[in-house]
Amino acid sequence: MKKLKILFNGILKENPTFVLVLGMCPTLGVTTSAFNGFGMGIATMFVLMLSNMLISLLKNFIPDKVRIPAFIVVIATFVSIVDLLIQGFVPALSESLGLFIPLIVVNCIVLGRAEAFASKNGVFDSMLDGIGMGLGFTLSLTLIGAIRQLLGSGCDILVFVLAPGAFFVLGFLMALIRHIQQPK
Amino acid sequence: MEYILMIIACVFVNNIILSQFLGICPFLGVSNKLGTALGMGVAVIFVMTLATLVTSLVHVYVLVPMGIEFLQTIAFILIIAALVQMVEIILKKTSPSLYQALGIFLPLITTNCAVLGVAIGVTQKFDITAGNYILQSVVYTASTALGFAVAICIFAGLREPLALVDVPKAMKGVPIALITAGILAMAFMGFANLA
Repeated sequence: MKKLKILFNGILKENPTFVLVLGMCPTLGVTTSAFNGFGMGIATMFVLMLSNMLISLLKNFIPDKVRIPAFIVVIATFVSIVDLLIQGFVPALSESLGLFIPLIVVNCIVLGRAEAFASKNGVFDSMLDGIGMGLGFTLSLTLIGAIRQLLGSGCDILVFVLAPGAFFVLGFLMALIRHIQQPK
Repeated sequence: MEYILMIIACVFVNNIILSQFLGICPFLGVSNKLGTALGMGVAVIFVMTLATLVTSLVHVYVLVPMGIEFLQTIAFILIIAALVQMVEIILKKTSPSLYQALGIFLPLITTNCAVLGVAIGVTQKFDITAGNYILQSVVYTASTALGFAVAICIFAGLREPLALVDVPKAMKGVPIALITAGILAMAFMGFANLA
């Protein structure tokens, strides 16, 4: 039961995009279509899961003072691996996401979970947390991408596939989710 | 002339925040007051220019000759992290008031994707065999960073009065800020035919 709670924490209660407001750059930058959003989300989820696991394993060996640089090195390693894998196996995705794949390194969600969760919890829990947070991120990005694609390419309201549309869709979605979650 | 066009393009047409979506976290996080936004802007101009200077030197003289470009992401982020730490120490000693104003956001420049994004971006954008690669990268970065400062200052100017406006409860804070940013991005689209 507790394990399920960790897993679902990232999807609803602490959704990284809509509740924690982390990782805004890829959220706005790559969500021109549902597929791009989904791809970005999955790539981030892999990095989150693997870096959470390794950091949780290493937490007793990393001196407290240099933990942030150490976390960044771990994260950067996994990002490079994911980057090369995507370039090799899904070149189309690599082309459309471009710069945003290496930039997973500086996605605040990844470092944030390493610091807030993985450095204090066990390997399995950290893995679940990584998967949950990653799924929450993937869902949000896919949703935003789908809405922008529908309005922009589907209904020909060009502004939604351009930069301002990203801000509008995210702003209104966030307000909607807050409105629903508000205690009545 | 080439450089003047580049500066205009980076500041207005391809504004890093409003059309490339890099550096959104500080853009939303430290734009409540014009003073802090200005401080952040200046800090980013300084750190970003310095960072790209060092990373392009490392790229040209270390990574490419040794054929280890795949280590780019790791190498660049470490260089940036070290640089930011250094800037933080210097600022703490020389300007405590600015240091206090920027608070936790100075270490967060490390995870400001704009810095790493531009450092990686220039290696893809410019031809490394051209003689003026380093100069091109540095001018490009400095003007991109200037674009960041311009955008964050305009945005802070818009947000200051916004704090007093009675908006629906669910829209308060980040959502209304995002929609303001969207309108600002629309205004910046007007520059599209400039360069």
